Amino acid sequence: KTRPFFSEFRVHSTTIMAVEFEGGVVIGADSRTTTGAYIANRVTDKLTPIHERIFCCRSGSAADTQAIADAVTYQLGFHSIELDEAPLVQTAASLFREMCYRYREELMAGIIVAGWDPRRGGQVYTVPVGGMMTRQPVSVGGSGSSYIYGYVDSNYRAGMSKEECLKFTAEALALAMERDGSSGGVVRLAVISEQGVERQAILGNQLPKFSTV
Amino acid sequence: ISLLPLQYDLSASTFSPDGRVFQVEYAMKAVENSSTAIGIRCKDGVVFGVEKLVLSKLYEEGSNKRIFNIDRHVGMAVAGLLADARSLSEVSREEASNFRSNYGHDIPLKHLADRVAMYVHAYTLYSAVRPFGCSFILGSYDEDDGPQLYMVDPSGISHGYWGCAIGKAKQAAKTEIEKLQMKEMTCRELVKEVAKIIYIVHDEVKDKAFELELSWVGEVTKGRHELVPKDIKEEAEKYAKVSNCPSDENLDKVCPSSCYICP
Repeated sequence: KTRPFFSEFRVHSTTIMAVEFEGGVVIGADSRTTTGAYIANRVTDKLTPIHERIFCCRSGSAADTQAIADAVTYQLGFHSIELDEAPLVQTAASLFREMCYRYREELMAGIIVAGWDPRRGGQVYTVPVGGMMTRQPVSVGGSGSSYIYGYVDSNYRAGMSKEECLKFTAEALALAMERDGSSGGVVRLAVISEQGVERQAILGNQLPKFSTV
Repeated sequence: ISLLPLQYDLSASTFSPDGRVFQVEYAMKAVENSSTAIGIRCKDGVVFGVEKLVLSKLYEEGSNKRIFNIDRHVGMAVAGLLADARSLSEVSREEASNFRSNYGHDIPLKHLADRVAMYVHAYTLYSAVRPFGCSFILGSYDEDDGPQLYMVDPSGISHGYWGCAIGKAKQAAKTEIEKLQMKEMTCRELVKEVAKIIYIVHDEVKDKAFELELSWVGEVTKGRHELVPKDIKEEAEKYAKVSNCPSDENLDKVCPSSCYICP
């Protein structure tokens, strides 16, 4: 199917990432949304709250992921009130998976679901295009993720602290944004734990620097 | 106060002047005509015991079971009209299955009990249908919530319990259950006590032969609801029979020749 790219839809073309640590998760994303070569939004927030302590990182079609996230937010909120307890991260991920798999032909959505629940602590679930769902201790997604698989595989260690995870995520995203034309802007980070959600943004001049070539 | 139902008991959509829905009360009487079923929650699981009366020697052993599997981790013991109970077990299975399809994990027992209770309650609202004539006890075990026990009655109310009994001898069974320290017991100990209680409340004069149905779910079964294995069941029945044996050498009570315990 060929469609005039820029006049039809906006795409994230992204780098997103999530890491589990003892007591919670660290999630991160870049902030660039493109329609073709034009950067439609250079300060996008791709980290979307689904529930108090469950977020999703969105990559793929902006419209598709926003619509799915809205639907899942509704379903999860309803479910949580019925059960009268905080929803499980696994439940949120299952809801994403059901929708992404059922409508896989119509959608283009790569989503990472991450959060904290009282039963199983911090968890990261990845729901790539096609609609599979699997739990991973660390997960990357979006067009920029291709450039950082090597970095992630060689630098991830189990049992990292919150600060180590933040540094790991920021550096990985910075590397991806450096190489992927469709990723850039600022690095948005969030830490989700029992205490709640702490958000931060790392702006252009404060980004980790690597190569000088 | 209307002591006589008069015309207030013909349909479930009618209140009596003193605020009772007689059809629902009659449904509960149907449960009281049935033989006893008990469920007890202990430290690491839930055990069900049912006194299944055998009305004819020609019946195949083990037919018309009164304990159902709702999901891998949930069991249901019933009392009352068995056909009504079977239909509700199908409803419960569908609820549990749909939950798993939508949300990707086992249904929490409280939620299942609430959903099925809502369904039972719906049948107490209209004159076109009659209420379900059965009560049932739901039990489950999982690592996060531990053992759980809920009972639903024909009015559509559900309560959580440590121990409960339904059926004709429920008062006697409750008295026996209250004597137990179930919070400190394990499933293996409790299985024997449940068998003993069923044997105690069984009325040998009015009801002759019965089959004991025993099932459990807990740490010992790794969270799966199953019928108690044959050898453990036999041991439990032996304990029950010995505890209830009327013969006692110290009191000079002789073993009666036609005792149902040791035929």
